[in-house]
Amino acid sequence: MLSARNSIFRSAASLALVAVLGTTLLVGVDRLTKAPIAEQEKQAILDQLGQLISPDLYDNELQQDLFSFQDEFYFPGGQTVVTYRARLEGKAVAVILKIAAVNGYNGKINLLVGINENGTLCGVRVTSHQETPGLGDAIEVEKNDWILGFFGRALDKPPPDGWAVRRDGGEFDQFTGATVTPRAVVEAVRLALEFFADHKSFLFESPAESDPGEKT
Amino acid sequence: MSNASYRQIFADGIWHRNTGLVVLLGLCPLLAVTNTVVNGLGLGLATILTLVFSNLAVSLARGLLRPEIRIPAYVLIIASLVTVIQLLMHAWLYDLYRVLGIFIPLIVTNCAIIGRAEAFASRNPPLASVTDGLATGLGFCLALVALGALREVIGRGTLMSQAGLMFGDLGASLQLTIIPNHPGFLLAMLPPGAFISLGLLIAGKNWLDTRHTMRQVSGGQTAKNS
Repeated sequence: MLSARNSIFRSAASLALVAVLGTTLLVGVDRLTKAPIAEQEKQAILDQLGQLISPDLYDNELQQDLFSFQDEFYFPGGQTVVTYRARLEGKAVAVILKIAAVNGYNGKINLLVGINENGTLCGVRVTSHQETPGLGDAIEVEKNDWILGFFGRALDKPPPDGWAVRRDGGEFDQFTGATVTPRAVVEAVRLALEFFADHKSFLFESPAESDPGEKT
Repeated sequence: MSNASYRQIFADGIWHRNTGLVVLLGLCPLLAVTNTVVNGLGLGLATILTLVFSNLAVSLARGLLRPEIRIPAYVLIIASLVTVIQLLMHAWLYDLYRVLGIFIPLIVTNCAIIGRAEAFASRNPPLASVTDGLATGLGFCLALVALGALREVIGRGTLMSQAGLMFGDLGASLQLTIIPNHPGFLLAMLPPGAFISLGLLIAGKNWLDTRHTMRQVSGGQTAKNS
């Protein structure tokens, strides 16, 4: 009996030892990588925002001047929209909305939509998505120039009928074998522009959140 | 261990017992990420790294671990190592990390890794185990790249597209267009295409092996006759 119990204890002890060693290793590596990872994430957001609006055009800290809100009509799916405001000497320059297109082929397509103060788009970028690799992922700027086609467009450019993919009679190209993905992106961008047109002062004048935490 | 048996380890890992094409372990990542060469290569390299270090750790701990707890211990070791690799990539290879996404943590679920720990590293010294990890990983990586190449050429008409994500600006020039103006072949990019392509690759490997055996047999007969 004693030896059986001993062997169980020995097994448990060696398993615990492995667990402790593994955990120690992980804690060490986590400590080591925490700062670089936070730096990389922050840099990645800044790089993405920087693709939409040149740093020369504003003088405030984009990551400080943000707030979030929900609007089920324009931004469905229970999403929280994060709004970054770009200002030059206190004057509104542009907003960047962090939204999601919900009608994609597979899950949400997370987007950054930059809108100038005059209502034209300063750009759209996809931050993450789960569309079909090789087909729907052409919405990524690294893989295709398609997303750059939004630059300079506005709610009346093209006119309302044109805000759709070609297959639906609009002006935006779809991809070979993937219509659902670009259709969802075009729809989400159009809704964001409509929201901007109706709620411009809300977007620019809402107070900034005191603690810009992890909002997605 | 002699040089001959190290050669045997490499021959087994890369060809005779190739994880992807013969043993058919780790099919989930094998089928899921291989729609392009670059994705396959990225996951292949991460898998090599995991296999080398998990084999090393299991080999070092082989005196300590009693048979009844070896499986949970292997899972702990492998999960810790994969998380370390994920954190390191997140911190210093951010672009590659973004490309591979969920498939890095999923390396934990690759049965090939626990398979090598159980079948080889738990009963061999560290150096041989590391060699085995390297050989098995290389074999898996080659299968990933071959499958990725097959699917990318058929599905998109290119090779090494998006190499810039992995190798920076240098990689951007690596893309080859094999079939110009390829309209795209959806089936090859989707999961069914992965299964069909893998079947073709396995058939190809078996054909090569059979031809090799036949030649040896007929070669032996000729020698006997003369």
